[in-house]
Order: sequence, then structure tokens, then C-alpha cells
Amino acid sequence: MDRRTTIKWVLAASATWPLLVQREARAYSAPTARGYGTDPNLSVKGLAGEPWPLTMSAAQRRLAGILCDIIIPADDRSQSATAAGVVDFIDEWVSAPYPDFQRDRGIVLGGLAWLDNEADRRFGKEFFDLEAVEQLGICDDICDESRAADALREAARFFALYRDLTAGGFYSSPHGRKDLDYIGNVPLKSFDGPPTALLKSLGLA
Amino acid sequence: MPFVTADTQQSDYDVIVVGSGAGGGQSAYTLSMDGAKVLMLEAGRNYSATESSMFRTPDLAPLGGVGTPDKPFGFYDATVDGGWNVPGEPYVRATEADAGRFEWWRARMLGGRTNHWGRISLRNGPYDFKPKTRDGLGFDWPIDYDDVAPYYDKVELLIGVYGSNEGLENTPNSSPGCLLPPPKPLVSDYLVKQRAKRLGIPVIPGHRAVLTQALDYKHSPARVHPGNAKAQRILAEDMRSRTPCLWATPCGYGCAVRANYQSTTVHLPPALKTGNLDIITDAMVYEVTLGRDGRANGVNFIDRISGKQRHAAARVVILAASACESVRILLNSKSAQFPQGLANSSGKVGRYLMDTVGSGVGGQIPLLENLPPLNEDAADGHQLYVPWWLYQEQHAGKLGFARGYHIEFGGGKRMPGSGTGAGLEWLTGGSYGTKFKQDVRRYYGSFVWFDGRGEMIPNDQSFCEIDSQVKDKWGIPVLRFHWQWSEHERRQAAHMQKTFADIIDAMGGRTQHPVLSDGAKAIAPGGSIIHEVGGAMMGSDPKSSVTNSWGQTWDVNNLFINDGAVFASNADKNPTLTIMALAWRSSDHILGRMRRKEL
Repeated sequence: MDRRTTIKWVLAASATWPLLVQREARAYSAPTARGYGTDPNLSVKGLAGEPWPLTMSAAQRRLAGILCDIIIPADDRSQSATAAGVVDFIDEWVSAPYPDFQRDRGIVLGGLAWLDNEADRRFGKEFFDLEAVEQLGICDDICDESRAADALREAARFFALYRDLTAGGFYSSPHGRKDLDYIGNVPLKSFDGPPTALLKSLGLA
Repeated sequence: MPFVTADTQQSDYDVIVVGSGAGGGQSAYTLSMDGAKVLMLEAGRNYSATESSMFRTPDLAPLGGVGTPDKPFGFYDATVDGGWNVPGEPYVRATEADAGRFEWWRARMLGGRTNHWGRISLRNGPYDFKPKTRDGLGFDWPIDYDDVAPYYDKVELLIGVYGSNEGLENTPNSSPGCLLPPPKPLVSDYLVKQRAKRLGIPVIPGHRAVLTQALDYKHSPARVHPGNAKAQRILAEDMRSRTPCLWATPCGYGCAVRANYQSTTVHLPPALKTGNLDIITDAMVYEVTLGRDGRANGVNFIDRISGKQRHAAARVVILAASACESVRILLNSKSAQFPQGLANSSGKVGRYLMDTVGSGVGGQIPLLENLPPLNEDAADGHQLYVPWWLYQEQHAGKLGFARGYHIEFGGGKRMPGSGTGAGLEWLTGGSYGTKFKQDVRRYYGSFVWFDGRGEMIPNDQSFCEIDSQVKDKWGIPVLRFHWQWSEHERRQAAHMQKTFADIIDAMGGRTQHPVLSDGAKAIAPGGSIIHEVGGAMMGSDPKSSVTNSWGQTWDVNNLFINDGAVFASNADKNPTLTIMALAWRSSDHILGRMRRKEL
């Protein structure tokens, strides 16, 4: 892509971001469900429709899954984000009837719409139908807000939030705990502290 | 007995205790173990720590367990029907501006905030009871450390507190045998200790109400209840039934095996076993009632289940509803005799509200990257801490602010959750894909955080009063809060920021942003540390204080305040242990006066 083309779509993107977010917010109105309340059943998860109905469309979930797995793909150590149920996590997040989550809803749904818009602008296809290298090309431009072009700032903020949510869903799952070799949350007879050899190697013993 | 209702309550209680948290739990415990007949009234619902979500993982909670307006400290937090906002129970802020904002945390449940608290249990030192004598600011207490020390010993023996005796300035030692051994530090703790030492900052074992080993049920009961065989037997049995720490799962979930202190697991079970304690839950006390003799004769409350107004009667009334709620009850108890509210002839009820000065900094430490798998659940934090250490510099006028702070810090490979891997761009340059997974592994466990907890000096601009318009859903007038920090607190907060940055730097680490040099930006909003105390200050002069040194109100001699409202200063030490020690001391005093028929 030459510089002129880049500028062209950057400018276009800049104009479309707020409109897209507004349009998405209108098209998918805020969930009307109630929160789980101040005295919830602590084992509420796992029941259908609990704690509130999921609200993302099938198309949004499909796109959400692709982006999740771009951010956390399977590797030799653990599975991908979608295999860990992250799409449900994100759907639950943007469907939650609390103000902060509703703010995230606008950013996430607007951002997903932006991705399709951007894919269409650059390649004349939906993001889902792009070649992997094309998908990554778009992600590369928005993966770091501090390096993103001015016109892509909003998209970069979306990507940052989306990466945080993807990581949150993945690392709070059993897959994520295993990936990080977390070995706590088991009752112990005693807590013996770190091994002396480790402390020595760090100059702490 | 023991859980009763407005209809099944008895008519001949010696003492009503309003509130079931640290102050109420301790009062009910001390009184009932010594034979007094007690009725406890709790505004929230009954609660047992067996409801705890111990060992449940974030994937089983909505939203990965993160906080929401319904559960601000997370889905699994033990608090029910509580938080910064309680539905149907508003409060009013005089201003929404950051500098004057006050946040009020409440928990409407049996045991109150003790179910989720941090369990940090530090003693006030000798200086902390005489701050005005030392620097001319604020107020002295009408008691000194030696008056309270025996009660600190008793509370530690009863609830189980780990820690060590270091003999440091204004950081008192406990009597021999009172403290349980401290837990082993984490790798990050060792590093903090080593590097802070290079800066002249002492790092010593923390003090928390967590059983690092079984309680000494053979010897402690006799020290706690000398000469009272029945109390000793009940306590010994109860101590034996508490399980030491399992070294896993956060204390804030509530501890079903009773390995830490919460009123519901430590104070109330033995108190109920005496047969002397009745409890009514869902009882929202709004008024202390007076007899014609000017003495308190009971309280009015709303039965939250039926919505009806009810009355309970006793010879003595103790308010321990939490500092601000006790103030609210006093101010709402108006009569011809007390048109400004009960026990308020001094005009000081609601005045001199204090919180703790809070400010924090986090850092990333390359030396802690890529450590091998470690189980660092430990005692759930506060294995080590930094007591205030700059007494000499402050005395020499080198700091620009009065009063000190201690440092709480943490790190380690905590259970991954919905915040893991978030906000790493400053380290990763925005990686995603396989590289992102590698980055998360690299940085996991390499973060440390430091929180300062400092002393606020009471001032005339920080107080609460009854709002002239707003009422809660039962029609009870609500509190209106006014708040202002002084330059002392703001400078202290800025000093915290600089200190934490220095420690992180000494650890070879980095902070994401430059630390805040503007104390007004560095300081957490009033109330947000949830150490609010004051409002019914104890003193030696009825004209300038609400209670005497026993928490007994000057105006009504059978009305006592056994919670944080009586604090005349708010040392950097977390208030809960002192609330319990004072409640015990007050309750002993009440027992003595009842025996002498003076009450």
C-alpha cells in the first residue's frame, strides 16, 4: 500500500469511527436485563440466561472469535482464546447491565464494525474473509496506541480494550492458569516459602 | 435463643448492642462471656462464612469475578448487600469535587465489614494516643497506650494475630505468647526487604488476623478470661474448632474454616454458646429512646422484613454501628432534651471525621521475570510491611508534614484472573498473537505494588450531619458528608509516591508513569480507604468531646459508643484492632458498673 492510499483510508477511518460506534449503539440497544444484585447466588454461573442474556449477534460473535484467536492463538503450551470460551466471556461482558460495561459495549461493538469496514475499504471483503496476512496487516496498524496514526487512535483504543478482555477471559480460565503454571489455590499443610536455591540464585539468601 | 425476632425477643436484656462488626462483635462477646444478657441488633441479613466462595475460580463467576456496582470488590467478596452504594439507602455529599468527596462503604450483613476486611491488625503506639502533645495538632486521647495494651494482648490472643516483636519506635511489642508466628515471605517480599534496607527503610513481618498455626487453646483462655471457668471452657472449645490457614484462597471471600478473624466466625460463635446472646438481624436501628429519667431505655428499629417500626429495651445501650452510622443514630435521636441529637450537648457529634491517607504506586521488576512455578498464595498478602520510620526526620522538621504512614506491599504469582495480561502495552509495545502469550508468561509475577496508609489530622471541615431533605427507603434521614484534606495529608501522599518510586528503582524496576508529585492528585478520596473513624470523639472535657475515656457519652450515662466513632486521632495503624481493644475495655467497664449497680 503506497503512502497516498494509506492517507486516504486513514482519513476515511477517522471520519467513520464515531459514526460507527453510534450506529452500533443504536442498532444493538443496551441490554435491559438487571444486574445480579447485591446478594447474588454465588454459583449463578452455568445456568442458561444467567446472570443475564448474551446479546451479541451471530456475525459479531464470529468476528469476535477471529480477533480473539489473533490475539491469543493456540501454541505449543496452551489452546486458543476461543477454545477457552473467551467469546462467551466477551459477550457476557458487553451484555452486562452496568455503566462501565455499557461503555465497553460501545467500544467493542463499534470496533468490530470498524474492522469489517476497514477490511472492506482495504480489500473489498469482510474481515472474516481476509487472508491471515491481511488481517494481521490491519491489526499491526492498531495494536499499539502510542504508535498508531492519529486517525487510528480510536481503533487502537478499541484494540487495546479488546486485547485486555481477551486476555482477561483467557487467563481467568483453567487454560490460562495452566498456561502460566499457576499452582496455587490448593489447601496446604504449611507454607514453606520459596526454595532457598531460588533465593540464592537471585541474590536474596 | 440465640437468633430471635422482634416478636420473640425478651424484655429483660442488660445490654443492647447495635451492630455486629468489630466493635459490636467484641462488645457482645465480652459482655455475654461474663454473664450479661445481650441483645444484638444488626441492620443486614444473617450471614455465615459457610456461604464463602473459597477455592472458587474466576471462570465460575460472572465477568471473571471483577467488581461491579453490585459487588464492588468482586463477585466473590464476602460483602453482601453492601458497597459504596446500598440500594435504597443513599447518602449525600456536600460536593462531588475530588478534593471534597467522601465515599462511604457499608456492609448490611451480620459481621459487617469484618467479613471481607484486610485483616491487618496493628497496634497504636504510645505516640498515637498523644499526638497533640507531640506536635500541637489535633487532639490527645484521654487514655494512653498503657491503658489499652492489656486489651490489645487479649484481642490478639482471642482472634489470633500473626506478627513479630521488633521493638521499633512507636510500634509496640505484644506480651509474650500473644502473637502467632509470621508467615514466610514471597520472593518479591525478600527483594523489597533487601532493597528497601539500602534506602534505610525497615521491612518487618506484618500483623494480620490469620491463624498461621492452631491457637493455644490450653493456655490462652485463662489469660483471656481469668477467674471465669465457664468462659474459659467455651473459648477453649471454640479455639480448638478453628482450623489454621490453608495457605490458599483470598481471605476476603470469607473463611469457612475460620482461619482468620471475622466477627461471625470468632466473636459470635462462643458468645452465642454462652446462652446470653440473642441476635435480631434485619433490624435497622434509627433511634435511641430515652426514659423520663433521661437515661436510654432502648432503641427503635425498622424490621426490614415487615417494614414495621419496633422497639427493644435494655438497661444499657451500646452503639457500634460503624462510626458514621452511630453518628447518624445519635443525630436522628432528637428530643426536647436533646434537640440537636442525643449526646450532642457539645455540638461535636459528627465532627472530626477522619479516614486514612492512601496513595499507591505499582512497578514492574525485571529480576522477577520468568521465575519458575511457585505457589505464592501464602497468607494472602502482608507477609511483611514497613512501619513508619522517619520519626527523627519529622521531629527535626525535615518532611514538611506531620504524622506518618506505613507501607503495605505485595507481589507474586497470584491466581491469574480477568486483569492478567491487561495494560501491558508499556512493556510489550502492543504485542499480540504468540508473542503476546510469551510476554504474559514473562511478566506474570513480576509486578509489585506499594500502598501508603497514613495518618490524617482531624479538621473542622471534615464532618457529617443530617441532610435536611433526603431520607432512605424507610424514611430515616440520611447523612450529608463534608470533607477536606489539609496540606499535611497532601504532602504525605506526595512523599509516599516518591518513596515507592525510590524503592521500585532500588529493585531495578520501573513504573509505567512518572509518580505524582502533586499530593492533591496522589491522595485517594476521603472514605475510600474505609478507615473512617471519629464523629463522637472521646475526650476529657464534656464541652469538647462526646464520650469519656470509656466510650460513655457525657450526656447519657448508660449510652456507650464502642466503634471507631470515639477515635480522637486516626493513626496510620489500621483501626480495627484498636476498635476491638477499646470495645473490650469499655465492655469490662460496663460489666463492673453493672455489678456495682451503677448502671
